[in-house]
Amino acid sequence: MIIKQLSIFVENTKGRLADIADILAKENIDIRALCVADTKDFGILRLIVNDPEKAAIILRENHCTVALTEVLTIKIEDKPGGLAKPIRILSDHGINVEYMYAFVSKEFDSAFVILRVENNEAAIKILLDAGVTLVSSKEIYDM
Amino acid sequence: MGKYFNQAVECMPREQLRELQTKRLIDTVHRVYQNVPYYRNLMEQKGVTPDDIKSLEDLRKLPFLTKDDLRDAYPYGLLAAPLSDCVRIQSTSGTTGRRVVAFYTQHDIDLWDECCARAIVAAGGTKDDVVHVCYGYGLFTGGPGLNGGSHKVGCLTLPMSSGNTDRQIQFMIDLHSTILCCTPSYAAYLAESIYERGLRDQIHLKAGIFGAEAWTQEMRRDIEEKLGIKAYDIYGLTEISGPGVSFECEEQTGMHINEDHFIAEIIDPVTGEVLPDGEKGELVFTSISKEAFPLLRYRTRDICVLSHEKCSCGRTHVKMSKPMGRSDDMLIVKGVNVFPSQIETVLLNKGYAANYQILVDRVNHSDTIEVQVEMMPEAFSGTVADITNREKELVDAMRAMLGIYVRVKLVEPKTIARSEGKAVRVIDKRKLID
Repeated sequence: MIIKQLSIFVENTKGRLADIADILAKENIDIRALCVADTKDFGILRLIVNDPEKAAIILRENHCTVALTEVLTIKIEDKPGGLAKPIRILSDHGINVEYMYAFVSKEFDSAFVILRVENNEAAIKILLDAGVTLVSSKEIYDM
Repeated sequence: MGKYFNQAVECMPREQLRELQTKRLIDTVHRVYQNVPYYRNLMEQKGVTPDDIKSLEDLRKLPFLTKDDLRDAYPYGLLAAPLSDCVRIQSTSGTTGRRVVAFYTQHDIDLWDECCARAIVAAGGTKDDVVHVCYGYGLFTGGPGLNGGSHKVGCLTLPMSSGNTDRQIQFMIDLHSTILCCTPSYAAYLAESIYERGLRDQIHLKAGIFGAEAWTQEMRRDIEEKLGIKAYDIYGLTEISGPGVSFECEEQTGMHINEDHFIAEIIDPVTGEVLPDGEKGELVFTSISKEAFPLLRYRTRDICVLSHEKCSCGRTHVKMSKPMGRSDDMLIVKGVNVFPSQIETVLLNKGYAANYQILVDRVNHSDTIEVQVEMMPEAFSGTVADITNREKELVDAMRAMLGIYVRVKLVEPKTIARSEGKAVRVIDKRKLID
């Protein structure tokens, strides 16, 4: 249920994102989802890819600063209220969401939400008990 | 050979050393007065004649020489021996735009080589050692100085010069280099390269002699750990001869100045007054045994402290502290004196490598100072808060050290230019002269 996300420190300099995308492209790393958290001077690029371990090694070889962060992915219905329910459940149980981002798949007719929470084990239990669908790492990587 | 290269001189009783210095000083002053019109003129302006110099205390009656004098007298104006007796020149790197040329007779080269030989033996060197010199050769004094010293000790000498890190490491492994001589920033670079390539077990280094630029105790420990060596400091300047004007012994509580050749004073950089032992001020040297280029009371611009305390190594020569900064590269930011070495200390204390750059600017008539330092990739946890917290931690530590706000910016690893010579640490964009 736990998915490895790449968190990459990116200086706000010209062409830096393009450089990183090139490094991944050259090694056939397929990107599933991404988001950038940015400040004035730097950003953190968060990526879900098909092979996070390999991607981390390649990026480090290219002197990138990379961390592998454990996140959860839930599959929700792509319609109004789809997101509200699982987030409310977490909130009711006192689980804070540090950040999240989402992507929509026409193929699965669903939306996928990537969640970073403080306590993965507790969140998994609460979500499963409430009947929310969690996506396995294999499903995401092979998508 | 033991622990001294020249025990009789290095451990000479103070009283005897004073006699030697007095005699050599008087001789040199007479010779300079006679042969160097430029300095004679300075003495006359001050109303001093050679006959006024009878003891070491009289030294303070003599006028100072500065880098400006060396530029004004370029190239031959301070030469005290016939040019036909000279066998070599060396020159400073000219980073401040003022090239200085120093002349040497064979006697001057020999005494310089001996000064470096004393430094090598003090670092544990014997004729069985392999001395790997990757200071630059040529006009820069680093390479020729340590090269000559190594020959005098009888070590196998590898005149590598600087650059080509792959070749440096290959020779180090294949020829079993035991003593490394280079700038501390290049030593740190080599240490990092060797460490990264997992070659530490294949090198045979036991000691390093590093000088020609500022470095901190933390940087010393970092180099020592990565290379498995003991790192010794060495000090010198082209104007006075080159490396080996002073050097560290195993006690490492300062650098012994080769006082049989060079007399040191500490002065107040503003008033020029001589300060008592133990006070911090500008270091001034007087050469008392050189033939071609014997500078009297040359102001080094290096800020340091002298100590006459007895040293456990047995050497009797005075010790100088590591320069705490240069009075001319000292930054004044928002009216506060800032030495780059202070910033380096903070960074190393907080676990960063010495890969940083200081940018000073003036925005709306107010000074700004920013330190860019490379991230430690292992420590990155992946959140924005992690980075901002680290930056804040450094800002607080800088404020504690310097008393001013220093903007800190973490940058990606390997993005600050590595230097194989002297590191350019400071970029001052202010235009302070209109």
